[in-house]
Amino acid sequence: MSDFFAATGLTMKFGGLIAVNDFNISLSEGEIVGLIGPNGAGKTTVFNMLAGYYVPSEGSIRFRSQILNGRKANEITKLGIARTFQNIRLFSDLSVVENVTIAYHCRIRSTFLGAVFRLPLYRREEKEMYEGAMNLLNEVGLSHVTGERSNSLPYGMQRRLEIARALATGPRILLLDEPAAGMNPRETMELIDLIRRLRDAHRLTVFLIEHDMKFVMKICERIKVLDYGTTIAEGTPEVIQNDPRVIEAYLGEA
Amino acid sequence: MDPHHKRNQLLSLAGMCAIVLFLLYAQTYGTSYDVRILNNCALFIILAVSYNLINGVTGQFSLEPNAFVAIGAYTSALLTLTPMEKEISFIIEPIIWPLSVIHIPFIFSLIAEGVVTAIFGFIMGFPVFRVRGDYLAIVTLGFGEVVRVVANNAQTVTNGPLGLKGLAPYTNLWWSWGFAIFTVFMISRLVKSSYGRALKAVKYDESAAEAVGINTFWHKMLAFTCSAFFEGVGGGLLAHLITTISPTLFTFFLTFNLLIMIVMGGLGSITGSIIAAVFVTWGSEVLRFVEEPMHLGFIDIPPVPGMRMVIFSLILIFLMIFARNGIMGTREFTWNGVIDWIQKYVKPAGKGT
Repeated sequence: MSDFFAATGLTMKFGGLIAVNDFNISLSEGEIVGLIGPNGAGKTTVFNMLAGYYVPSEGSIRFRSQILNGRKANEITKLGIARTFQNIRLFSDLSVVENVTIAYHCRIRSTFLGAVFRLPLYRREEKEMYEGAMNLLNEVGLSHVTGERSNSLPYGMQRRLEIARALATGPRILLLDEPAAGMNPRETMELIDLIRRLRDAHRLTVFLIEHDMKFVMKICERIKVLDYGTTIAEGTPEVIQNDPRVIEAYLGEA
Repeated sequence: MDPHHKRNQLLSLAGMCAIVLFLLYAQTYGTSYDVRILNNCALFIILAVSYNLINGVTGQFSLEPNAFVAIGAYTSALLTLTPMEKEISFIIEPIIWPLSVIHIPFIFSLIAEGVVTAIFGFIMGFPVFRVRGDYLAIVTLGFGEVVRVVANNAQTVTNGPLGLKGLAPYTNLWWSWGFAIFTVFMISRLVKSSYGRALKAVKYDESAAEAVGINTFWHKMLAFTCSAFFEGVGGGLLAHLITTISPTLFTFFLTFNLLIMIVMGGLGSITGSIIAAVFVTWGSEVLRFVEEPMHLGFIDIPPVPGMRMVIFSLILIFLMIFARNGIMGTREFTWNGVIDWIQKYVKPAGKGT
């Protein structure tokens, strides 16, 4: 069991439906771990529990010796766990660079009066936010579209913008919900490079959900498989690919 | 960051001077009717811009400004009336103790009513922001009614349906426009800051805002309380402009008028709110003729009171169908924008190409 991040016995019940049952995960620093499973297996529910959108019915989540259960989503982000969404959720009418600067807001030290009166601390912070955003956009390869409206970008760029926005909150753990969805094969391969590069540059731990098996097998060091809310397999990509239960869950019984 | 910062500041200064000169001109040569309309314009700018902060910028559809304006107006009236005047006004039941002796100068009362209304807004925010969307609108609407009913029945504080009369007409062009400019300045500074970006984030996607670490509850509270502060002061200025206040003044129609303004101007645009506030205030004066009896030679039309509201409603319907984003959408007036526009349309003509 890792001290860095561990969730034990996570269970989520919606009325009589058990969406996720007794889910355990522990992450070591720097890992890239995948979560796969057929549609409706409960993957996004797991993410919603980890990121504070749902309060788990049972179980505990610990991150660097802090209990995360029952904390609000914004507090969890501030503690260092950032997420992206399955259906891209950018601040649509705002520019690309504004989308990223917003994410720095949670670390601001100026009060709103300091901001209104443009005190020296605020002016320095505003400058830092802007420069930080420009650097991040450069890293994810969006420095040529910083002034565009975010919803005018093509799909693949929106995904990368969402990652940049999550990084701006200064996370240690990045939760990516289907980052390769809607990408063509070339973009998917670029995304693998990008995630690895960001992991090394920002000392991240990555936990991701994905349906694209090529992508998952290539990038993940460890994979968990979920079916009907229960973990049915766990291990390295090779182990998972040959696990009969996984093949059954995906393809049905022979 | 902006290379034209100095130039824009100079232009803003020039704009302010122009407004001051215009007000001086209106003060000297305008009739009292003109001055009154200008005062109304300024007051509605204050109210619309601050209402827009919560409804447009933060995207929380709420219907409470009549409550805030009422609280501001009553606070300022009770603070500026002399003990003697209060004794004469409260004929049914005497006014309760601390209020019966308090009497402070107008300028301090403005600050006090802003603070009192902001405190009310802050307290009210706790239950109000437990709900969203339509429910938020209904809860805030209810709060507006509660304040009006309390004003109607708290005889010993508000003098009930009789209202408060004989307030000194302190509000002149300088007070109203001065505070209107102050309001626009402060709110646009807030909106353009990091806090303003966070408010917009709440508007566009609350879940995503939470995901980037924004405490959406406190940011809504911030917008709501600021909005309450400025609406409270606006209420105080209103009270000292019309000099008589009673609960009937603060019905839902006040909120509805403001709603027309911010929707017409474009939800989220401060510039739009200003334009629409002036347009509606001035327009409803211009349109007075439609409510008068008309003789069109062969046909006589009897006077129709309320006809102006029909026209405004029609305008609103047309806006909703053909220009849903209002006059400005979410765009704002900027000097850079104006100069780009001039260069685009005026220069080629000047060159004769």
